Amino acid sequence: MSAVSVASPRRIAWQRRRRALGVAWREYRRHTPGMIGLAILVAAVLMALLAPVLADSAGLHAVNTTSNLAWANPAKFGPLGTDHLGRSIMTQFIWGSRISLLVGLAATLLAMVIGSVVGITAGFFGGWFEAVLMRLTEWFLVIPFLPLAIVLAAILGPSVENIILVIGITSWPFPARLIRSQVLTLKQRLYVDRARALGASNWHLMTRHILPNVSGLIIANTTLTVPVAILSETTLSFLGLGDPSRASWGKMLQEGFAAGALTQQAWWYYVPPGLGIMLVVLAFTLCGQALEEVLDPRLRDRRR
Amino acid sequence: MSAEPAAGAPLLTVRDLHVTYRTGAGPIPAVRGVDFDLAVGETLGLAGESGCGKSSLAGALLRLLPRGTDVSGSVLLDGEDVLTMRPGRLRAVRWTEMAIVFQGALHTLNPVQRVGRQIGEAIRLHSPRARGVSARVGELLELVGLPARRAQDYPHQLSGGQRQRVLIGLALACEPRLLIADEPTTALDVMVQAQVLRLLEDLQRELGLAMVFITHDLSTLAAVCRRIAVMYAGRLVEEGPSDAVFDAPAHPYTRALAAAFPVIGDPEFRMKPVGLAGDPPDPRELPSGCPFHPRCPAAVEVCPSVDVSLWPAGPGRRAACVHVPGAPA
Amino acid sequence: MSARFVTLKVLGALATLAFVVAFNFFLFRIVEGDPVANLFRGRNLSQSQRAALTKQFGLDGSTGTQFVHYVEQTAQLNLGRSYTNNQPVAKEIWRKAGPTVALVGFSTLLSTVFGVMLGIAAAWRRRTKTDYAVTTFTMATYSLPDFWLGMLLLTGLAVGLGWFPVGGITDPNSDATGIAKLADQAKHMFLPALTLTLAYLGEYALVMRTSLLETMREDYLVLARAKGLRDVLVRNRHAVPNALLPVVTLIAINFGFVLSGAIAVEAIFSWPGLGLATYDALQGPDLPMLQGLFLVFSAAVIAANLFADLLYGYLDPRVRTA
Repeated sequence: MSAVSVASPRRIAWQRRRRALGVAWREYRRHTPGMIGLAILVAAVLMALLAPVLADSAGLHAVNTTSNLAWANPAKFGPLGTDHLGRSIMTQFIWGSRISLLVGLAATLLAMVIGSVVGITAGFFGGWFEAVLMRLTEWFLVIPFLPLAIVLAAILGPSVENIILVIGITSWPFPARLIRSQVLTLKQRLYVDRARALGASNWHLMTRHILPNVSGLIIANTTLTVPVAILSETTLSFLGLGDPSRASWGKMLQEGFAAGALTQQAWWYYVPPGLGIMLVVLAFTLCGQALEEVLDPRLRDRRR
Repeated sequence: MSAEPAAGAPLLTVRDLHVTYRTGAGPIPAVRGVDFDLAVGETLGLAGESGCGKSSLAGALLRLLPRGTDVSGSVLLDGEDVLTMRPGRLRAVRWTEMAIVFQGALHTLNPVQRVGRQIGEAIRLHSPRARGVSARVGELLELVGLPARRAQDYPHQLSGGQRQRVLIGLALACEPRLLIADEPTTALDVMVQAQVLRLLEDLQRELGLAMVFITHDLSTLAAVCRRIAVMYAGRLVEEGPSDAVFDAPAHPYTRALAAAFPVIGDPEFRMKPVGLAGDPPDPRELPSGCPFHPRCPAAVEVCPSVDVSLWPAGPGRRAACVHVPGAPA
Repeated sequence: MSARFVTLKVLGALATLAFVVAFNFFLFRIVEGDPVANLFRGRNLSQSQRAALTKQFGLDGSTGTQFVHYVEQTAQLNLGRSYTNNQPVAKEIWRKAGPTVALVGFSTLLSTVFGVMLGIAAAWRRRTKTDYAVTTFTMATYSLPDFWLGMLLLTGLAVGLGWFPVGGITDPNSDATGIAKLADQAKHMFLPALTLTLAYLGEYALVMRTSLLETMREDYLVLARAKGLRDVLVRNRHAVPNALLPVVTLIAINFGFVLSGAIAVEAIFSWPGLGLATYDALQGPDLPMLQGLFLVFSAAVIAANLFADLLYGYLDPRVRTA
């Protein structure tokens, strides 16, 4: 930052953003639960990404494991024992994390994109357009998620893409409603009127003025929506609607249940996937709460 | 120390009152040793900027401050110290002897209960077997200038001025002898302010109430109060009969406060820029000596080192400034 | 509460129901091309059989007439026939509704009541061990899949310790009647109800706690104290009723989730309700059954939301004039 710099406005804006990010990160670091959550997430993502290195995917297919002892507890076959078909639970656990995380993130992304577009345009344009969109949102909110997801999944057929689609299109109403309220508040702020008086187009207003101010809300909401998406994927897989060719934690629970792991008390079969889900969901929730406090100064003061 | 010899002992005697909030960032002293007396039927105005401690003072008188606040000194109500009363006695004394009129913001009243019920609650609390409560509620509403049927309304259905009147009526429900009005007109626009002030004046006269009227607007005190005290940084800096204090303020802060409010129609005022530079001091980092000296137009060399206190400044007047006649040399 | 307010809310609920019915129709017809092929997936049909079935289901008209036909049938509570046992869907649903109503109703009651009590305790003793315990408990229960909790309880308490039956609603070997039968059913309902209660208990506690903490900052509480009210009464008469408002909303929001949760939980405990029916219907897939269940679930949630809206309007007068 030289004394006589003729930096362009864009450069300055980016510098300011980087600095703001630095401040936000430092503030986030002070939040212990948030850091714990972040650590867990990093570990989970690493595990998912490094799956081919950590465990042989051949172990996921029953044909390759007929020689293994079935229903072996961790003492006999480590580190997490085997299932009813002799497959290593550990392998399934490592590979299963991929689907759970992938679906959670992708479905949330879809839901947030739809929700943001609906929320911003509805709040911005108002009038009958808003009324129609909001009615639609209300309707979707009332329909219970799982029955809808079940019907859709049963009709569309089981595959990863379909599950992402189903969760995405059943989750968008929540962020849409929140974002629209925020946009309504922002619209009342004078700078929108001033920008319009200067001749700004609707597109410019929405992307340059409104969007940056709702992005905080969007980010915080995303971290809190991912847990819901992951739990939804788990439930859908448990009910048999997941992709039968891919391992997921929910599918492990389903197969375990169907094979009688509960009556066999084969805890190594059903405890790890549930625990994995719980930790990842907990991690996202902790990060989400920390982010909320970092981005919303009012919440920060209350902690003291 | 008051303007006229009181008929009998004073109703309220406050001595060495201290209020300190305990926070994560350290203790914050809001009131740092306040003394005053109030006789039966007397009105005392208490003026000061926001943050000077006047609302903390009001809260301390009835022990309404949040748990964990340190309050010391004595608050003698008819000889009994409120600060050392047992909880049962305190609850009995509240509202029946001393009542508070808060600022009539929307959430001062319970938003999901009708106002009549909230007034009735006060009556029933202190007279459990009372009959004709709704009639009494109606009387109170009419006393403050509202039709009795307003008892059926919810707080959000009333205007700011109407809510303020409800709060006044509520305060009078158990016929207290002392009324503390904490910024009762601050949130109102000028016309309504005048009406409410007149109402308070009339009520005070008719019912013989003793009143402590707290505000940041010195000009509202002139009509209603016999005596005025000015507060700054947790302490009283001036006290005396209201006309005397208004016409010839003894303390530079009072002078600034009085001048800050425009006199409509005064041509000289329009030309002179007034207002006090700077902000009230942070209670955790008070200036040495006289807390006002950094902003004082009449500050001299001794000011940062002198331990100011209320010295005689004329007949029935006191002020905490080195320039007053009664100040030690 | 004005008639206008009530009417508006009821009309809104009916409109949503109409939307769900229409949605149900189009979902079925549009997503998959030929409904008959859909219904009889996996079975070979001859041309004449196909034509006969198409006529029987009224599928030979235009989409418009089909829709009208569908609405008529739904209004008469004719939801088609189950594909597994060819029984009328409506009759099946009616038969299996009872156990689910009992399970969901009971657990909602328990989780609300205990959740609110925990929330009040946590808020009142802010920053003490009670508070932290409640917050941690909430985060933990929120993060786990509710049916997984059921699995753990089942293996732990039923299979492992043998304290509770492993599934079903009654002991198949006993022919107890009256009170004894009810007691037996209650014993069978204990674990699934516990699962659903624990799953949502934390959330109610957390919302109540936050709401009460916010309410406790309000000025009218100071006024209540100033009037001479005892602290307990200040809390119960002024703070808690105001703080309960968000909880009412939450009950409505959660209702859909609790119903959804019941699907998997009933499956785990073989509880013969609508949830288990859904789970079984998925094995086919028994599409008429799934559609009928979807309609019933949606209608239930709409009704619950309407009730909560009206209740909220009764409790909070500010909403009525909005």
